[in-house]
Amino acid sequence: MTGDQVLDLRSLGFERGAHILVRAALERLRPGEELGVTGNDPALVVHLEAWCRQVGHRVRPALDADGGVRAWVVRGRADLDRWAGAERAGGPAPAEIVSAPALDWGLAARGALIERGGPDAPFDIAHRDLVWAEIAPALYANAASAQWNPETAVDWNAEFSLAPEVERAVVQVMTYLIENEQAALVVPARLLGRIHPHFREVLQLLAVQAADEARHMEVFTRRALLRGGELGTSSVSGRQSLATLLTEADFSLASFLLSVLGEGSFLNLLEFLDLHAPDPVTRQVTRLARRDEARHVAFGVAHLKHQGDLDPTLRVKLRAAVERRYQSLVDTAGLNQDVFDSLVILAAGHWTPDAVGRGYDKVLALQAAMDEGRQRRLVHLGFPADEAADLSALHTRNFM
Amino acid sequence: MTVLLGAVAYDPKVVTIWDGFRALLGDRGLEFDYLLYSHYERQVEDLVAGRIDTAWNSPLAWIRSERLARANGARAVPLVMRDTDRDLTSVIVVRADSGFEKVSDLEGRTVGVGAVDSPQATLIPTSFLRAAGLVPGRSVTVRRFDVGVGLHGDHVGGERDAVRALLAGQVDAAAIIDTNHLTFGREGTIPAGSTRILAQTGPFDHCNLTVLGEPTAQLGHLRDLLLGMSYTDPAVRPLFDLEGLTMWQEGRASGYGLLTAAVAEAGFYDDAGAVTAPDYRP
Repeated sequence: MTGDQVLDLRSLGFERGAHILVRAALERLRPGEELGVTGNDPALVVHLEAWCRQVGHRVRPALDADGGVRAWVVRGRADLDRWAGAERAGGPAPAEIVSAPALDWGLAARGALIERGGPDAPFDIAHRDLVWAEIAPALYANAASAQWNPETAVDWNAEFSLAPEVERAVVQVMTYLIENEQAALVVPARLLGRIHPHFREVLQLLAVQAADEARHMEVFTRRALLRGGELGTSSVSGRQSLATLLTEADFSLASFLLSVLGEGSFLNLLEFLDLHAPDPVTRQVTRLARRDEARHVAFGVAHLKHQGDLDPTLRVKLRAAVERRYQSLVDTAGLNQDVFDSLVILAAGHWTPDAVGRGYDKVLALQAAMDEGRQRRLVHLGFPADEAADLSALHTRNFM
Repeated sequence: MTVLLGAVAYDPKVVTIWDGFRALLGDRGLEFDYLLYSHYERQVEDLVAGRIDTAWNSPLAWIRSERLARANGARAVPLVMRDTDRDLTSVIVVRADSGFEKVSDLEGRTVGVGAVDSPQATLIPTSFLRAAGLVPGRSVTVRRFDVGVGLHGDHVGGERDAVRALLAGQVDAAAIIDTNHLTFGREGTIPAGSTRILAQTGPFDHCNLTVLGEPTAQLGHLRDLLLGMSYTDPAVRPLFDLEGLTMWQEGRASGYGLLTAAVAEAGFYDDAGAVTAPDYRP
């Protein structure tokens, strides 16, 4: 094969990337075949020899009769050996995910060519059926395009004037919302680090979900402080309810409790606040948050539907999770009384006995609507209607 | 019986490397452990005294092992070496804008070299200068950069310092191994175009795994396991990458001629393997 292939590096030396051209030329040869190398860098032969020795090729001196070739490289096989047995980590498209990606694929891009070996990555949620939903890629795309800037999406300078007791009610509700949004950020964020990155769209979706909650925390905080007052109260019972969300280690069960039941109920709450908001800023922040939360609920429902179709025992586990949570909260007070009363005041609109009575009725109607929404989603997940009603009734009185 | 290997801890990665080989060899049925030394001289003495079964030796340590073994009525044998230990060269580098055309032009000048005990950056290049008629201390000044004395040049610091001194105009030439010249160029320690290679030494071999006499069954097993390791094996490849090889090869004693001559000229060891270099304190 001598003499067939000659690479002219011209003035390019190994300290400025000559190895890239040499390597590319050698890739076209079989082990044992030779590549002639020429060029006018004075250090060429010294560096070629040193480089070849390090990467498993040999160098044979050139003769005067070799027509300007300065050295011959005898192709080795270390580069081929490195990639022997390498495999693709599935494919980049969602349709090309594999059900059980190897843990030693680690953080490699889906579809990358994986050199064999390396450490197992610490992802314990590593099976398609534990996290996937066909809708995840589309939901992520939708979520990414629907991001909004808290600075400009809300007219913070809108003029309004509220009675002090109404402003206090708004601030109390905002205080409650911030606390719940923090839970809704922490739960997906904790799961995020446990999911095999092969299920990229699920990670992306949860990351955007966490980013959504970060924005909600911001806008609710800004609304609460808009008139310069102090934040409202945080009750033990509210924190007890949210703490039970943080302890749920199973992805599907956490998704069920947080997204389907909790954020599902929040959809009704945010709609209620949109309707009864006493000022434009409160209306805008709750409306923006509601749009994001609807997406979170959609993923939770789709994921559980996907999993329920594969695993007939899923509904038993979901039921047990609700019952377990109910048991741990049975002796707690439920919704912070200050929050409940604030909702009544917002729905009342006026500081009169009649208006307060009407407001009270509206909050009861809100709770009924939440219950109905939960039952509807549970039926969608395959629960019989009576069981859905039972389970919905066991949901935390804290809403989230 | 466990095969006990001596290695010099010239870098923290040495622990990773031999821990890795220990686990790998254990998995393949050879009880193997290693002992780390802070310099090569004690390692060689322990090998010849039988306190370790084999030693991962620098080329200079190999020469001393040979001499000490012979003085003890034994024989040192190179069991295996890396593919990257064969046919290395060193280069004499000068600034690109200097007027030196050949090695003898360095007469009366100063040449920067590595540590006192560096085969590739001090002993062989100094011998190379002698062959060109330049006698250190008389017709040429040799300025040593003693970093990691006792590590037989395994520490790259001396060569790096020599090159920096060259670039700073403190010496007229510097001697370094070809791979470091490549590395220094690629990492920017030597800016492209700032230096040129004045001369290149002949080829010489580097490290080997040394044993005394014909290998025992266990040492033969060690040799066979090492030679059988493949770069295709994902358990092996990270260790090869760290230790800088793509395959183990049979040891050979034929690549140490230049260093043997250099050791004699420098009076580094006597024929019986005693350290005779006057200013060498590992």
